[in-house]
Amino acid sequence: MLLALIILLPFIGVLLPVWFHRHGRTACAWATALPPALGLVLLFSQAPAVLAGEVRRFSLNWIPELGLNLAFRLDGLSFLFCLLILAIGLLVILYGRYYLSSDDPMGKFFALLLLFMGAMLGVVTANNLLLLVLFWEATSLSSFLLISYWNGRSDARRGARMALTVTGAGGLAMLAGVLLLGHVVGSFDLDVVLASGELIREHAWYPVILVLILLGIFTKSAQFPFHFWLPHAMSAPTPVSSYLHSATMVKAGVFLLARLYPALSGTELWFILVSMVGLITMTLGAVTALFKHDLKGLLAYSTISHLGLVTLLFGLDTRLAVVAALFHIMNHATFKASLFMAVGIVDHETGTRDMRLLSGLRKYMPMTAMLGLIAAGAMAGVPLLNGFLSTEMFLGEAVAQRVLGGWSWVIPVVAVFAKVFSVAYSIRFIHSVFYGPSQPEALPKPPHEAPFFMRAPILILVGLCLLVGIVPNLIIGPLLAAAATTTLASPLPYYSLAIWHGWNLPLLMSMVAMVLGTVAYLNFARLLRLWERLPAVNAMDAFENFVHDVVIVRARQVTGRLENGSLQHYLSLLILGTVVVAASGLWGLERLNGGVPLSALDPPSVAIALIMMVTAIYSAIWHHERIAALMFLSVVGLGMALIFARFSAPDLALTQLSVEIVTIVLLMLILFLLPPRSPNDSTYAHVVRDGLVATSAGIGVGVLAYTVLTRPQQTISDYFIQNSVTGGGGTNVVNVILVDFRGFDTFGEITVMAIAAIGIFGLLDGMRLFDPKKDPNVQWASDKYPLLLLILNMPVLPLALMVAVYIFLRGHNMPGGGFIAGLIVAIALILQYLANGLRWSNNRMQWDYHPLVGAGVLLAGLTGLGSWSFGAPFLTSAHDHFHIPLLGEIELATAMLFDIGVFLAVVGATLLILANLGKLKSLDTASEENR
Amino acid sequence: METLMAYAIGVLFGCAVYMMLRRSIVKLVIGLIILSNAANLLIFAVSGMTRGAPPLIPEGLQLPEGAVADPLPQALVLTAIVIAFGVLAFSVVLIHRAFEVVETDDLDQMKDTDT
Repeated sequence: MLLALIILLPFIGVLLPVWFHRHGRTACAWATALPPALGLVLLFSQAPAVLAGEVRRFSLNWIPELGLNLAFRLDGLSFLFCLLILAIGLLVILYGRYYLSSDDPMGKFFALLLLFMGAMLGVVTANNLLLLVLFWEATSLSSFLLISYWNGRSDARRGARMALTVTGAGGLAMLAGVLLLGHVVGSFDLDVVLASGELIREHAWYPVILVLILLGIFTKSAQFPFHFWLPHAMSAPTPVSSYLHSATMVKAGVFLLARLYPALSGTELWFILVSMVGLITMTLGAVTALFKHDLKGLLAYSTISHLGLVTLLFGLDTRLAVVAALFHIMNHATFKASLFMAVGIVDHETGTRDMRLLSGLRKYMPMTAMLGLIAAGAMAGVPLLNGFLSTEMFLGEAVAQRVLGGWSWVIPVVAVFAKVFSVAYSIRFIHSVFYGPSQPEALPKPPHEAPFFMRAPILILVGLCLLVGIVPNLIIGPLLAAAATTTLASPLPYYSLAIWHGWNLPLLMSMVAMVLGTVAYLNFARLLRLWERLPAVNAMDAFENFVHDVVIVRARQVTGRLENGSLQHYLSLLILGTVVVAASGLWGLERLNGGVPLSALDPPSVAIALIMMVTAIYSAIWHHERIAALMFLSVVGLGMALIFARFSAPDLALTQLSVEIVTIVLLMLILFLLPPRSPNDSTYAHVVRDGLVATSAGIGVGVLAYTVLTRPQQTISDYFIQNSVTGGGGTNVVNVILVDFRGFDTFGEITVMAIAAIGIFGLLDGMRLFDPKKDPNVQWASDKYPLLLLILNMPVLPLALMVAVYIFLRGHNMPGGGFIAGLIVAIALILQYLANGLRWSNNRMQWDYHPLVGAGVLLAGLTGLGSWSFGAPFLTSAHDHFHIPLLGEIELATAMLFDIGVFLAVVGATLLILANLGKLKSLDTASEENR
Repeated sequence: METLMAYAIGVLFGCAVYMMLRRSIVKLVIGLIILSNAANLLIFAVSGMTRGAPPLIPEGLQLPEGAVADPLPQALVLTAIVIAFGVLAFSVVLIHRAFEVVETDDLDQMKDTDT
């Protein structure tokens, strides 16, 4: 629990800086420092156990089905990184308090910093690979937010975007690798994975897994060829550069190299990939750093170079190389963080970071100059400083390794070459900024020394550089040993952290590099001319052009081809796709006929089916004549009703019949309102193409229907039939299913109806209309309201209403029910409009229909909720028998109430739709209705 | 009978698709109506073509006498019929509104309305 608290503290504290921001900047910084300070105390309470080689674990199930658990571990390696993250984090908070100007939103800055801190702690302590990936992504995201902290600046936004794209893409590759790894091992638990090294290395997928995970590592740690994002991330505020982009986040990659070292290392592929990438990165970074005029640019490339050095060490085939790598991670974090802070001070107090402008600052800021000198010395590997020790170890391992067989001598030679440049840029960093003639008038601001507390973090870090450099064993001996033991997962090889090892080859190499580096700096002007002759590559432009080409140009081409704006095109593709998928399923069948005996043809059904087919085809052929098409269409609908009646579905037949009437009325209204002529349709080619698509779809569905119809099948309806009377209190099983068993579906359905009706109401609101009567080419009937309809209609209304009541009441036991009764009432009322005109009808039916819809849905819903008050689930039905005079024995169920709701909703929705459309029609013709 | 029904379903689907591929939006709607009829017929037919045995339980009994037609697809189709009407009504009004704004019912001309 204590362990989980260390990781959780920064997350818990995220709101602290935001809250304390209003109490001033110092209070804000103090509040921010609280979580890491507490975390540090907690961490130190674990120190004795961890340094003694124990592993502290904490685990909580999160999504065990996915193998994702909130599992954390604290071992030597994670302890080392936690210490770096928390301690340097604290110093950065102190530094940031003075670095940010009063215009910068400090609360946001510190909140993001804490977010990053928590994510980073999560990465280094996660004991579950999926959890690790999760935190890994969180560091990329918080890094993005921090780089773009000054989001008004375009270089900050572009740099942030590039960093996120590169590290995010690497993170995706790593996720794929981790998923494969978990699949191979059978667990995402890090304990299991680390113990399965043999299994993983011998698996056929090992190369794939390794490459994917290395992609994640190399992008995060800015290794060649993904190094280009780091220099552009320098548009972040300097505390961020110091913390994320030199001390911690970019170390996440090399951390993972160490973490997965027992599981993945030890193969030829690992040695070649890791060491070569490291070697190239180290050299490239060191050479480029020398020629950068921006101080932060120099430090960025130097960071790339040092990260390459660490990567190279992990790729060497000696066990001592791992110790050297971990040692250098620590050392680099201390001296590079302090150098960044020093650059921040220079930038802050002079207004520029350009080395061509800066000069002789020693006079104005002697303390900063002194601290910078020591830190740069550590970077160059000067004796008595921490950088010297790890560099010596590195050179020793570079000589000892045998990674490249007969070509292994290449590595130490290249290492010395890179070291020469490392020395040269360290000298340049100090000499050009702090020494030489002072020319304050060339600077944007008059230079002066920074406040003490801004220098204090540098002082502490530089002090550490010195202490580690002079008495290494005392300061970090145990920590390094614990971390190395975890990484190697075996007893440590012998090594000594002494300053003096006697005259040996590494020392000689160091001295050669020092001398040559100094010579190189003395000839800097000449080298620079050489460098400037090389073609310059702007990584940012190249990257953005690449992204633009892929995302905008190529993607638009593909999209444009698929999505050309034609509905017919989409539909054809969709239908053809469906046909292909369905046909490939049918292809596997041995024969289409499934063996169930076919029922005999019965003449009436054959007649109905034939009529339906013929009318459907006619409506398609005569589609230019809309009224004719509509007539044929209604015949198809009536045919449906007859089929339902013929094959034992009376409820369906009734519903289909009434809906068909309403539909035709609706379509007549719409056709009346639309222009009578269709656009001149399709060319011959179109007709053929569409005909082919339609035929293939028809044949496909027909074959599908045939294969299903001739195969035996099982139904789940037995349950409904058996429980209809006892459970639902009704003998019409279909109705009982609608209002009881599947009442929730029905509830949803009437809600859809209601929404459709209200939507129509809204759409029609304030609509202006095409007046069909102004079209001289159309002959309209001269009768306003047919007399026959008018007279017949009078007795029909009461009769229809009575029938509706009857149909409704018997619905639970005989064909009928709320739907059908509702449709009958709606038709009867619409008939009034048709026969008597809108004005006459509106005078007699002066109510709105939308409350009716609402009441229906509400009643159905409340009936459902009512069962809650009896402790039963939503929509549970209760029923009993009642004796009512005149009507006789009647069984009433609460489902009846629900059915009333359905009834009301259907009546309301139908009338709302049709009456509103009818009103539209009448807007123009209302004046003619005065009679 | 099953073979004939398969033919009927196939023809209805084919006609529906053909109508839906026309340029006029009114024809698209007619196609949609035929399509929903065809789909209802498909669902209804594949549940078995039982004649003369509606899923009703005689008065006073707990269970029907003998086999009856499958009630579940009937309930599903009933719902589908009503929903199809709701959707149809909404789509025609939407078409109407679109017609009012762009003054054409030609789908090929509607695709550039925002220019």
